Amino acid sequence: MVTLKQIRNSVLIALWMMILTFPIMVIKVNTIENIVIWRWMNLLYIGVGTVILSIFWFFLINRRKLEPEERKRSFALKGKIETLKGVLAKPVVQKPLYAALLVIIIIFPFVSSLYQTGIMITALMYVILGLGLNIVVGLGGLLHLGYAAFYAVGAYTYALLHRYLGLSFWVCLPIGALSAMLLGILVGLPVLRLRGDYLAIVTLAFGEIVRILLENLSQYTGGPAGISGIPRPSFFGIKMSLSTAMNYTYFLTFALVLFTIFVVRRLEHSRLGRSWVAMREDEVASEAMGIDITRAKLSSFALGALWAGLAGVFFSAKTTFVNPASFTLWESVIILCVVVLGGIGSIKGVVLGAIVIILLPEYLRAFSQYRMLFFGLILVMMMIFRPGGFIPAKRRVYTFDKAQLEESD
Amino acid sequence: MDLDYFFQLFLGGMTRGSIYALIALGYTMVYGIIKLINFAHGEIYMIGAFTALIIVGALGMTGLNPVLIFLIAGVIAVLTSAGYGVTIERIAYKPLRNAPRLSALISAIGMSLFLQNYVLLAQTSNFLPFPTLIPEFKFLANAGGIISSTQIIILATTALVMVVLTLLIKFTRIGKAMRATSQDRQMAQLVGIGINKVIAFTFVIGSFTAALGGVLICSHIGQINFYIGFIAGIKAFVAAVLGGIGSIPGAVLGSFVLGLTESFGTGYISSDYEDVFAFLFLVLILTIRPSGILGREKKAKV
Amino acid sequence: MKKRVTVIMIIALLATLFFAGCAEKEAEVIKIGVGGAHSGDLASYGLPSVNAAKLVVEEWNAKGGVMGKQIELVVEDDQCKPEVATNTASKLVDEGVVAVQGHICSGATKSALSIYEESSIPIVSPSATNVDLVKSPNFFRTIASDDAQSQMIVDFCLDTLGVTKFAVLHDKGDYGKGLAEFAVEFLKKDSRAEILLFEGITVGAVDYSAVLNKIKESGAEVIIYGGYHPEASKLVGQMKKMKMDIYFISDDGVKDDTFIKVAGEYAEGVYATGPIDTSSNPLYIKATKDHQEKFGEDPGAFFYNAYAATQAILNAIDKAGATDFDSITKALRTYYVETPLGRIKFDEKGDAEGVGFAVYQVQNGVYVSVK
Repeated sequence: MVTLKQIRNSVLIALWMMILTFPIMVIKVNTIENIVIWRWMNLLYIGVGTVILSIFWFFLINRRKLEPEERKRSFALKGKIETLKGVLAKPVVQKPLYAALLVIIIIFPFVSSLYQTGIMITALMYVILGLGLNIVVGLGGLLHLGYAAFYAVGAYTYALLHRYLGLSFWVCLPIGALSAMLLGILVGLPVLRLRGDYLAIVTLAFGEIVRILLENLSQYTGGPAGISGIPRPSFFGIKMSLSTAMNYTYFLTFALVLFTIFVVRRLEHSRLGRSWVAMREDEVASEAMGIDITRAKLSSFALGALWAGLAGVFFSAKTTFVNPASFTLWESVIILCVVVLGGIGSIKGVVLGAIVIILLPEYLRAFSQYRMLFFGLILVMMMIFRPGGFIPAKRRVYTFDKAQLEESD
Repeated sequence: MDLDYFFQLFLGGMTRGSIYALIALGYTMVYGIIKLINFAHGEIYMIGAFTALIIVGALGMTGLNPVLIFLIAGVIAVLTSAGYGVTIERIAYKPLRNAPRLSALISAIGMSLFLQNYVLLAQTSNFLPFPTLIPEFKFLANAGGIISSTQIIILATTALVMVVLTLLIKFTRIGKAMRATSQDRQMAQLVGIGINKVIAFTFVIGSFTAALGGVLICSHIGQINFYIGFIAGIKAFVAAVLGGIGSIPGAVLGSFVLGLTESFGTGYISSDYEDVFAFLFLVLILTIRPSGILGREKKAKV
Repeated sequence: MKKRVTVIMIIALLATLFFAGCAEKEAEVIKIGVGGAHSGDLASYGLPSVNAAKLVVEEWNAKGGVMGKQIELVVEDDQCKPEVATNTASKLVDEGVVAVQGHICSGATKSALSIYEESSIPIVSPSATNVDLVKSPNFFRTIASDDAQSQMIVDFCLDTLGVTKFAVLHDKGDYGKGLAEFAVEFLKKDSRAEILLFEGITVGAVDYSAVLNKIKESGAEVIIYGGYHPEASKLVGQMKKMKMDIYFISDDGVKDDTFIKVAGEYAEGVYATGPIDTSSNPLYIKATKDHQEKFGEDPGAFFYNAYAATQAILNAIDKAGATDFDSITKALRTYYVETPLGRIKFDEKGDAEGVGFAVYQVQNGVYVSVK
């Protein structure tokens, strides 16, 4: 319930916000024309808006503080959601559900427009990118801010090989993946000793270096003007119309997503995957336990890069044009957001994260100029009220149980 | 190469370095306390500069003495930015204090995006001229354009801020509390340090220096738009890490090293690869000293 | 599982081939698309084109539209990002536009063109200057191309200013670097010219003293800069502070009144090329007045080019009496249209005839034509 004290607090907060935002919201100066516009109405909007938002905020924060059982009691709906989750977890329910989802995904391009298919392909590419970065960040615990560089390597591999040697999409796909992977190892070497934020900044630096090189080596890469006229994926040389080609790309991307999920799942539970998780939890301890940290780090970098390379080749093929502007630091940050917002280390989470992050700004197009504002706000809110992401990873519980089991042995 | 040219490049590098340093100081302080890469720090810098511009514009009509206007605008900008810093901490970071560190990072990125667009929508997307309000010192007239008075003020302010911050952290009560919070937050709480106050205070100081930088740097560059914070923030972050993040002298040293690397790289090789030199140098330093130039290596035990 | 997916995919693929090419329904209105950067850091270059389109369409609609139908605008943002631009283009195609005014940035235009080519939709860009764009049969523009502009800059330096030692700078961007590369190419062909320096500067850097010192040291007599006005005003500001007294000549991205306002006194004496001054053209005056009345401020960058582009599109549809690709492109190439830029039509490549460039210099705070 909203108490009187909370309302008083909200009013105080609103006053604070009104004072704080006064210069920027109310006064608009045009130093060119020397005109000052006073927009007093904005002050009112800020005040009223803050009161409402802060009451809502207190409500949410208080709810967050409640113990899970209490929360369940306070919210009958929540309980129902829990039981629903239980029902959903049963294989009898789950299998048809997945089948239905599959059918929807397959029918989708036929019933939707070209534009919808286009953004769905983009979203699927981000699923691949997110899952790839998840290997490095989620499993390996290595904060990577230069992931877009590998994406760029994949994209440019296809673009350049096509331009100079006329190689096709299918030939370039493995080459792109391999070259990104090699680069991943190359980056991994100098940063082996680094930890945490030092690693983050070096990967950031590396990402920027790759982009600047692409910009400057005009004679090979076309510089900032980029490379255009890259063909879409071919299908035994059949000429396809635009919508067919898009649908075909959509299915290819979807197939790659399935393949990625399959491989990442297997990796996660493999010996290598477990060594990554151990490294994430404690580098020194895991090394003491006999895990080869060098191997674990390099392999996580390399395998993470591999998926970025694959996604990059798809990017070139879908956009039919590449230039360095697509691979900025901001791109790396967005991919990181996909992973964290979805749920670090959780495959389902990353899939959902990618779809939300890519589709949300597209569907917010109606609000055009406000959409990035909302997007920023949603990122903050999500982290506060669901810090584990949409679908938090269950991994931790699992390892804990196992440890107990071993102890009792 | 002749010495005069070398000296020119050196001075240019020092100016750049002092600009980076003013922003990096706040970055490194915030990082030292809550171990968060505060992406929104660059935005505070931008908001500080924008507020100053707005106040200058509004007061410009009254016909006051330019120096006085500059001082008033500076004070208001710095205070407002400090307010923004604390408010952002309360909204976006405080609820996440016990969450995984990556969550706080994403929250910071979200905040940065929000603030950029907030200024874009409330003000304008265009570049605006930032008035030069600092008068040219007379004694510099003979310097032949080697150094301007704004450059001198930036250099002096950087030095002053660094000294004040170092003294503050070393000798005052709150400084001690800050060091304690930085070392072990739980333990600090147990010995009776109000960590909420300490963290809020850190944000006040951090935002204060960022806004100070914003005002001075923009009057040096002479233009402003909503996007300047992002680029400046990244460079300052690089500088802070280079020097050893969390260390005050480290941030300043890192900034100067970064500024000089860029300046000499451009001067003797090519400005095409200006950022590449800076970043390669960073990688090199971190390979030799994984915690930065002045950073302390402390976590070697389990 | 995997096998089943493959089977389903093959079936789906065949189905796609079958469904491809659905019937289009008869349009009640004629839709014109506007694509360009309407958000992000380049929004200030894209938004004026939307205003221009709105004004032109409003005027035509008041007169009864084209082919007896009202005109509807479909405005979509591409943020000047190539990967977004393909989505933007597909969206416009889905909406059923018959022609597009846009896009703004050359990179985004290139990637969007692939969609338009396959959907047979002509586009008229107000600002994409890249030389390769005209290779596409769908592409038209109301602005001169990069190489024409570079040639003019180079000729002006050699013939009028009489300088021979060049420093060429650019902002590493699509537009700026393209222009600078052409300038270098033309300079190399001329035996008089000597290129002392050709480098890119980093956009957003806090100071450019290092590269300027280098130029000072090299003894260049002129700086040719390819890029936009924010960096140009930083450069000229620092040049003056460093007491560097050499020529500074730049491009259309700098020939913008915002440059003079931002750079202030430092802008004095700067040369820039830009479209021929048509401010005495009655349509130009009318467009400016309409903009001021409707939006309460002076029009921004590329406004008149966008105005002309929209007019050209509507005029072509009107003259052709049809909205199919062949009729519109033929009409664009055949009929002259009165625009704020003068009387224009398009040549075989898609460049506008009648849109020329001139060199301007900042004198007493305004751009004055010098050639």
